[in-house]
Amino acid sequence: MSDTHAQTVAYVRDTQLPPSPPPASEVGLVGWLRANLFNGVWGTVLTLLSLYAIYSILASSLPWIFNGVWTTKSLAECREVLDGVRGGCFSVLTERVHQLLYGFKYPAAEYWRPNLALILLFVAALPVLIYTLPRKLLIITALYPFVAFWLIWGGTILTPLLALVGFVAGYFVFQKFSTSSFAAGFFGAVIVAIVVWTIGGWLIPDNANANAMLRYVPSRDLGGFMLNMMLGVTCVSLSIPLGIVLALGRQSDMPIIKWICVVFIEFVRGVPLITLLFVASVMLAFFFPPNSTVDLFLRVVIMITMFSAAYIAEVIRGGLAALPRGQYEAADSLGLDYPQAMRLIILPQALKISIPGIVNVAVGLFKDTTLVSVISMFDLVGMIRGPILSAQEWNGVYWELLGFASLLFFVVCYGISQYSQWLERQLATDHR
Amino acid sequence: MTTMTDPPQESFRLSMLLNDTRYRSYTFQFIALLALVMAIAYLMSNMFANLRDQGLSLSWAFLGEPAGYDINQRLIEYTSQSTHWRATVVGVLNTLLVAFLACVSATVLGVIAGVLRLSNNWLVSKLMSAYVEAFRNVPVLIWIIIIFTIMTAVMPAPRAFRGDEPDATMLLGLFAFTNRGVYVPAPILGNPLFGSAAMGWLLILLGLVGSFFGAKALGAWASAKQELTGVRPTTWYFTLAIWFVPLIVLLTIMGLSWDIPALRGFNFGGGLTIRGSLIALWFALAIYTGAFIAENVRAGIQAINKGQSEAAASLGLRPGRIMNLVILPQALRVIIPPLISQYLNITKNSSLAIAVGYMDITGTLGGITLNQTGRAIECVLLLMLFYLTISLLISAVMNVYNTSVKLKER
Repeated sequence: MSDTHAQTVAYVRDTQLPPSPPPASEVGLVGWLRANLFNGVWGTVLTLLSLYAIYSILASSLPWIFNGVWTTKSLAECREVLDGVRGGCFSVLTERVHQLLYGFKYPAAEYWRPNLALILLFVAALPVLIYTLPRKLLIITALYPFVAFWLIWGGTILTPLLALVGFVAGYFVFQKFSTSSFAAGFFGAVIVAIVVWTIGGWLIPDNANANAMLRYVPSRDLGGFMLNMMLGVTCVSLSIPLGIVLALGRQSDMPIIKWICVVFIEFVRGVPLITLLFVASVMLAFFFPPNSTVDLFLRVVIMITMFSAAYIAEVIRGGLAALPRGQYEAADSLGLDYPQAMRLIILPQALKISIPGIVNVAVGLFKDTTLVSVISMFDLVGMIRGPILSAQEWNGVYWELLGFASLLFFVVCYGISQYSQWLERQLATDHR
Repeated sequence: MTTMTDPPQESFRLSMLLNDTRYRSYTFQFIALLALVMAIAYLMSNMFANLRDQGLSLSWAFLGEPAGYDINQRLIEYTSQSTHWRATVVGVLNTLLVAFLACVSATVLGVIAGVLRLSNNWLVSKLMSAYVEAFRNVPVLIWIIIIFTIMTAVMPAPRAFRGDEPDATMLLGLFAFTNRGVYVPAPILGNPLFGSAAMGWLLILLGLVGSFFGAKALGAWASAKQELTGVRPTTWYFTLAIWFVPLIVLLTIMGLSWDIPALRGFNFGGGLTIRGSLIALWFALAIYTGAFIAENVRAGIQAINKGQSEAAASLGLRPGRIMNLVILPQALRVIIPPLISQYLNITKNSSLAIAVGYMDITGTLGGITLNQTGRAIECVLLLMLFYLTISLLISAVMNVYNTSVKLKER
């Protein structure tokens, strides 16, 4: 019988017992500590070792930072003030801050120009960085290179104006012809721009720089962290379009174009940047027409751009390869020709996938701009190792200067990589 | 009934070179090739015109001339009377030396940091993140300079070791850390079997290779036994014996002794000298690249599906064996390709030696030789050729590896 048992049971609980609280050792602070810091013997040993490492780092660096001296004129004076106490001589930073940031030859009265250019850089970068802003604002970004060139180098405004006019003329030609044929529009634009620049070049008088509104500063007077920023920003922005072209070339069906791109990319990726900088400093001059002088800054920009373009091309090639074959076929079946398919369908997706890789290359490139100090350009590292450490007053102030340089690079590079992670999250279209 | 007929054969017209997609690619390729050839011809003609103006010509004869400069850290015989070519070879060996040292230490450091970053221990994982972020975001050149400064400005001078109560003492009486370099005991073969010491070392190397294969064969035998009986024979003492007995026998026969560095006059003598520049480059490359390798290792381990370790656990494997038998073999497939490209990066970054005066190939061929002879084009070309060869070799190795571990789909 099924109900026999029920009748023999005298008492059945009809309410559920409240759950008893977890043991005190598993919740709250104690539980967290046990789970995360003192998890077994091995975990405890690791925690103690890490605590000791953190303690020894802080014990040596904190007094050095907080006892630091900020207002002396030389190392000897600084040591006098410190009087045997452990502390940093940060006065080298306050005294030489302009040299560290702008190099030692940039005219002091003109420091506002690079500062303004830096502020404008952020303004110009905003429409690119925050993609929800109206697209019309990209005009500011497009105008920025010309403004920045004029601000930093000074001289006659006619040069950047002429460059701008050339680009605008080319843009209108491209708009007019690209509807019928992309190639016609593109080559037409290039030809028109070159014509404008050549004619304009004749019109600008030779001594235009002499009494210009902004004092002319030659490239060899640029230096300090400004030089690193300029090289980084210029070369990254130039190398992205070049990288796209190289990546498309490497994917191309045309064997000759493909092999030109493959050889270029593999060659550049196979040699260290330093050898390319040697090319810029000692070898490239041989390849320019006799008796022409091309500024070292420009030569370095050419070589670094080639270098990073090869890396960016490989990143973008990865993005192109990661796209499903169906996207290419869909573009074909819509009847789009190659430039249209690339511009409207393939590249927007491929570039989105490539963002983390491109940012990695950009950060790496920005760090690599310090290598120009090897070919005796006075960037931040070059300034520290050259004029500042060899000056009599500051001979021996290593840690303050190197720490400052590391901090500057850390802030910029860490900031960029955090931005890229944010952008990746924003652009994620896979619904997870 | 209608019959399909072929469309009338279109005859070739010139405009089809631009408008017909079948022929257009030929036009483009022709234009590209023409542009390339013209660009190269233009650059070459400029180069020859420039060379003629300066009264120079391309020639490799300078490689046979005496170099006239000293190299203080070298692996083979070299004097300032040796040729530029010899200096180049010394540089090549120095590049390979520092690259090898840095690759090994960066791998060890990177694997430890990468695994610890995934540890359950909150403090350790945060500490490792701090290490990775700090080192990845600061230029390697600055790290090289920082460690070089420690080696030259913080270490005591040899004279600090003098006197009855010296300011500095040697570590264990064997190692001396000075601002001129680190002095370590040098092994000396008193009685090498085939005449020269080099042959003796080669013999020892051969012995080690033999031990390696012996140990591997033993492992294979143990696995076969395990397959048959289900019990793995204990082999660790045989393995130890295979590794150490031949080594000890060889070293005893050849009379190994140690040359311990000692203060002679104003400097240390005897032993091996490791220059501060080599240590700076080695350590900086190792900890900088170690941070990147840590990220690769972390990504590789995280790429393995959680189900894999759960499945292994449900088979009753212990955590250590899960890692060794299930996770690592799969993670290695993800980790090794970026690891090899990190090795390539180390080799290329070792060219930064020129910043601290370590005489690698960039320092000899691209530095002093170039400046002394003024043969910029030849030197830079040779330099690029060397690095290009190394990169191509490493990518070839990588391709072989990638094919060998590719998922064999059935």
